[in-house]
Amino acid sequence: MSGLFTDAFIIALLAGVVAATVPLLLAGLGEQISEKAGVLNIGIEGMMLMGAYGGFYVAWASGNLWLGFLGGGIGGMVVGALMALFCVRMGLNQIVVGIALTLGAEGVTALLHYEQFSRLYPRLSVMAPLPIPGLSQIPIVGPALFTREPVVYLAFALVPLFVWLFRRTQLGLMLQAAGDKPAALDTAGVSVLKIRTIAVLATGLLVGFGGAFLSIVAAGVFVPFMTHGNGFIGIVLAMLARGRPTWVMGGALVFGTCLSATTALQVAGVDVPTDIIQMLPFVAVMAVLLVAGRKARLPAALGAAYVRGER
Amino acid sequence: MADPAPIIRLRGVTKRYPGIVANDSIDMEFRQGEVHVLLGENGAGKSTLVSMLAGLQQPDEGVIEVEGVPTALSSPERALELGISTVFQHSMLVPTLTLAENAALGGRWWRNPDRRGHEARMAETAARIGVVLTPSALTGSLSLGERQQAEIVRALMRGARFLILDEATAMLTPHDAAGLGQLMRRLASEGVAVVFITHKLNEAIEYGDRVSVLRLGRKVGGIAPEEMRALTPRAATERIVHLMFGAQDAAVAAVAPPPVGADAPVVLECLALHVADATVPVSAINLTVAAAEILGIAGIDGNGQKELAEAIAGQRPISSGRIRLDGAFIDGLDVGGRRRAGLRYVTDDRLGEGTVGGFPVSINLLLKQIGDPPFWQGGIERPAKIDENARALVKAFDIRTPSIHTPAGKLSGGNIQKLLLARELTGSARAVIFAKPTYGLDLQNIAATRRRIREAAGRGCAAIVISTELDELLELAHRIAVMSQGRIVGVVPNDADARRRIGELMSGVAA
Repeated sequence: MSGLFTDAFIIALLAGVVAATVPLLLAGLGEQISEKAGVLNIGIEGMMLMGAYGGFYVAWASGNLWLGFLGGGIGGMVVGALMALFCVRMGLNQIVVGIALTLGAEGVTALLHYEQFSRLYPRLSVMAPLPIPGLSQIPIVGPALFTREPVVYLAFALVPLFVWLFRRTQLGLMLQAAGDKPAALDTAGVSVLKIRTIAVLATGLLVGFGGAFLSIVAAGVFVPFMTHGNGFIGIVLAMLARGRPTWVMGGALVFGTCLSATTALQVAGVDVPTDIIQMLPFVAVMAVLLVAGRKARLPAALGAAYVRGER
Repeated sequence: MADPAPIIRLRGVTKRYPGIVANDSIDMEFRQGEVHVLLGENGAGKSTLVSMLAGLQQPDEGVIEVEGVPTALSSPERALELGISTVFQHSMLVPTLTLAENAALGGRWWRNPDRRGHEARMAETAARIGVVLTPSALTGSLSLGERQQAEIVRALMRGARFLILDEATAMLTPHDAAGLGQLMRRLASEGVAVVFITHKLNEAIEYGDRVSVLRLGRKVGGIAPEEMRALTPRAATERIVHLMFGAQDAAVAAVAPPPVGADAPVVLECLALHVADATVPVSAINLTVAAAEILGIAGIDGNGQKELAEAIAGQRPISSGRIRLDGAFIDGLDVGGRRRAGLRYVTDDRLGEGTVGGFPVSINLLLKQIGDPPFWQGGIERPAKIDENARALVKAFDIRTPSIHTPAGKLSGGNIQKLLLARELTGSARAVIFAKPTYGLDLQNIAATRRRIREAAGRGCAAIVISTELDELLELAHRIAVMSQGRIVGVVPNDADARRRIGELMSGVAA
């Protein structure tokens, strides 16, 4: 074990943390918008899978990884649009629809993958890293954190953007009102359904990006069910974050570290069955929920469809 | 003084819901600088009228004129644009935002909400109308009264010139309610047209310039400002009581039943009953009901009638006092025990607590006897016995249902009530509590229900009828108790003078 913590190993571990954190961060931020607006979006695992598939397909078909991300965002938004239609417009049960969308997306992506790629197994080219001048020269941290794909920086840049959106814009107030007292928003002359629809579509977009990151950047291939619970962890992150984007980032880093550690432990050849190591992130989820879950404060109208005039 | 055109005028406004006419051809006008009080019992159509003015509902017939121009108030946004603002009984502020943020809510989504600016403007507006508030305070930390004042300030910030206060004082402490009343007067003097919906007479008379009374969807009368000024509070109260509870159709009204003889045995007794753990605490209830006697309980809805009924039925723990049925104390028994002792409760929440909507009529008829023989033997259902019982009761009580296996939730309100009556009045009932037994029913079912109540009393049951319809009690009851704020404020025999005395007791004049 003494030789375990070489520079190269630590760099790989840190790089792994970042790679594992980005999809969680995008999923958590996306879910946070929906939850703020009062929609408990259980469907994000499905949005993420569609994002992963859409991203991979467009990137492979066009040969352009950036277009691939666009495709991933659209894939996520398609599922988001269904969620908005069923849960926001038609007022159906959000949990049931969310589960159905996740299961549906699993089936659809697995089928499409089988039809299109089961004999080809294409791999995407690697996205070129963008070293940040100066910072990338720092030993260990430089190559691990600051010589990354541009999308990594963009994902982390979303955190301050969201802080600003929630704190400094009308949209932030409207989202909060839609989740906490939708009738108040309605009487203030803002359509609750519109705000919630926008929120769910934005969730689809962000989570789709997260899925695209998995297939385009992290793996370079699409594998059925490849999101592997990332979306569900995103739901937990959003619930624990009490509406704060910075907390989502903190949580994403914690779980990202766990996910990355599973890989690292396997590489290091620790003599534990891999199944147990792979359980680690989910054990962490339960542990965090046990400790912090009681204090989670969720919007008052979370999960409830809004019907004007009903009190 | 020139008479300015009313800011809003209703002409023949009618709104129908399935089965009822909520507003029937209402004509009304609202003027600047006037507090116009809308009075009426629950179900009189006040809320429907308000929701049409606020743009939440559209009239089926009739016209709403804004400053003389027929206008469609098609949405809440449209109403706001026209300066029509509504303050609801339940706060419409987002509890997790500050007052200023609530005031800032709305507008282009990318805009900065400008908290500072709204805080300053809010403080300024509040000062103008003499309201003390902290714009940067988190809404959730404030009392309901404070929130309502903030809502009024917000409405004025948005240019409201027509302010609807929908049962605004109903949830307030007396102190907050008085504060709101003074605020209404100040707003009127600023030229705002205030519409104040209430069912408290003293508030109407104290703060109102003009009063309109609604009853069963119709405007049954009102008092114009000049009249209002001329009348003493006492005379105004009498006028309004007369309008609200009406001495109409004296010829049609049924003759009150003769008093029960003094020698009739007492069946149900409440001795110093207290229920502390309730939204409306019930205190010091002393009631006796004799065999074959119908005791009416009158009062504005929400004055502890429901809590009292539930406490007697065993559905709500009592904090002190005793209940006696046929001389034996029953307050130690649970719901089932009290039922076996002969106490029955016909709830007003027919679908919520009276029946299980998804269960068939046959099971609902035995809902309180599930597991009991002969319908269940050793835990095994006996469908033949259950169906037999159901068929007999459906026939006896004229329950109109496609089949005894139809889910109870699919029946009409009147038939659900018949089902409840069938269940509660069969067997060895000794005392029955009827909570608003005819609420929401049509005339035919009302008559049928009242007949059942009389029959039950005729068989020697002691009956308590809780109703907000005074006419109903005057028709049915031998004696009428008036309940106000959780107390019985008086019991009057049902004689020629009963209507006047009950009206006084209800409005607190005689208290």
